[in-house]
Amino acid sequence: MRQTCINMVYELAKQDPRVVFVGSDLGVGTLKQFKAEMPDRYYMEGVSEQNIVGMAAGLALEGKVVYFNTIATFITRRCFEQVVIDLCLHNVPVRLIGSGGGMVYAPLGPTHLAIEDIAIFRTLPNMTIVAPADANEMRRFMSVSVNHPGPIYIRLGKGGDPIVTPDDQQFAIGKTYQLREGNEALIISTGICAKAALDAAASLTGTGVLHVPTIKPLDTEAILAAASKACVVVTVEEHTLPGGFGSAIAELVLEAGLKPRFKRIGIPDVFPDQYGSQASLMERYDITADNLTKTIQQLWAAS
Amino acid sequence: MNPSPTEIKLDQRSRDLRKLIVQAIAGGRRGHIGSAFSLVEMLRVLYDDVLRYDAKNPSWPQRDRCILSKGHGCLALYALLVDKGFFPASELEKFCKADGILGGHPEAHKVPGVEASTGSLGHGLAIGVGMALNARIEKSDYRVFVIVSDGESQEGSTWEAALCAAKHKLAHLTVLVDYNKQQSYGTIAEVLNLEPFADKWRSFGFAVTEANGHNVEELRAALKKTPLDPQKPTAIICHTVKGKGISFCEGNLSWHHKTKVTDEEVKALFAELEAR
Repeated sequence: MRQTCINMVYELAKQDPRVVFVGSDLGVGTLKQFKAEMPDRYYMEGVSEQNIVGMAAGLALEGKVVYFNTIATFITRRCFEQVVIDLCLHNVPVRLIGSGGGMVYAPLGPTHLAIEDIAIFRTLPNMTIVAPADANEMRRFMSVSVNHPGPIYIRLGKGGDPIVTPDDQQFAIGKTYQLREGNEALIISTGICAKAALDAAASLTGTGVLHVPTIKPLDTEAILAAASKACVVVTVEEHTLPGGFGSAIAELVLEAGLKPRFKRIGIPDVFPDQYGSQASLMERYDITADNLTKTIQQLWAAS
Repeated sequence: MNPSPTEIKLDQRSRDLRKLIVQAIAGGRRGHIGSAFSLVEMLRVLYDDVLRYDAKNPSWPQRDRCILSKGHGCLALYALLVDKGFFPASELEKFCKADGILGGHPEAHKVPGVEASTGSLGHGLAIGVGMALNARIEKSDYRVFVIVSDGESQEGSTWEAALCAAKHKLAHLTVLVDYNKQQSYGTIAEVLNLEPFADKWRSFGFAVTEANGHNVEELRAALKKTPLDPQKPTAIICHTVKGKGISFCEGNLSWHHKTKVTDEEVKALFAELEAR
């Protein structure tokens, strides 16, 4: 997914002279071809993320569309104020490509786990948050990303994530995708959790899957339409529960007066205490198809 | 020997610009007063003699970009923008009021002529670097001027941006440092010393010069010489006095950020600027 995203920046830059790429201190050879062909729009600025966000704002205020890639936590945590003031207050088209959304960097420990990024950024006016489910969806999203006004945070998965979205899907920022029909229970997922949601739904009857790649702004109409049909609604995210994706859905559903049996699946309010792999941490915090299945069955039995 | 920043007498234009600041203070009854008075001559010389702009078309693509990174000094910027006709003087009375466009920190989407919304320190130089890079990409000859405070030079992000400006040899970028040597709590030397200050900018890859920040001739001469080096961004360390021009504000930290300014104080401010 990362490779697709980064390669797409190159493709976009070839077509659109406004597109600029900035990295912090990425792997040697990153976008070598971009650098060779369009050196004036390629920047690698070192371990100075706060400067990069400000610099990207300056370029964007002048009409450029800037794609900035670094590790997700360095964007969301270290550069929070630059993102708020330089990007959101000025409402400029800078795309923040956050590598390692969720628990991708499990072996590297808590400094590198972007597990509260959604909660942080969904509080910011003018911010758009997109978490594609797979590389194909990433490609479709990236192709419509250039002309979107205002800043976008792009949450990257690990890479090699299973393809779960249909090829004929037309991506629109701010829209949801019903990946599986089913009117009795509904799983609402974001990012790569669409896969676990689909696996769980396949083992159940009458369970739909609504994939929400745009976490902000939410496609309220589609989400409420889908949730209003279901007695059981479960959200799933690779993110901490306080303030995250499930919280956003809960706010929406409750305020609309819907009363499904409701549960959020995600990371509890802790710093993950193990290394291992993304998959092993997902198991540890029960962000799995099995747990989704069990949870829906329990809620169903209690309703 | 030239008079020091403390000794130098302000001419009529400098006093008139300060009166515009006091008009805003009379309206809003508050403001970073000392921080604005220290930078009037820097802005005056920029807007009178250096910058290319069109007050009737503030987003003219060929204009020079001037970013007040020390956003709390905005009263001085508002005075210059009024003086140059970017917006009417009647806005000054609405300083910090609900129906005004002029806040305690400047916002680009509200105030004609303000390039970037600033206020939290350490943001403006990076934005200026981005604008200067854009000039290079577009092969445009506009220049970028960023005014930073001394206190702001305690922010790490200021130095990240300085590294970046030097790396890209942004000779069309000039930083003016308002070195009034005081911050909110006390002197810079006591709170977090910056000396050797000029050497720091030099070692970060800037061509550096120093000037008396209240001496219009000296500022003009320094700015006319920029870029000091065709391969480097320029930094001009402007030695200034916080509260310059008002005897009871000069060096007086209680005027750094003043609230609840009284009628008597407004009168006293005007009186000082009228007296010769």
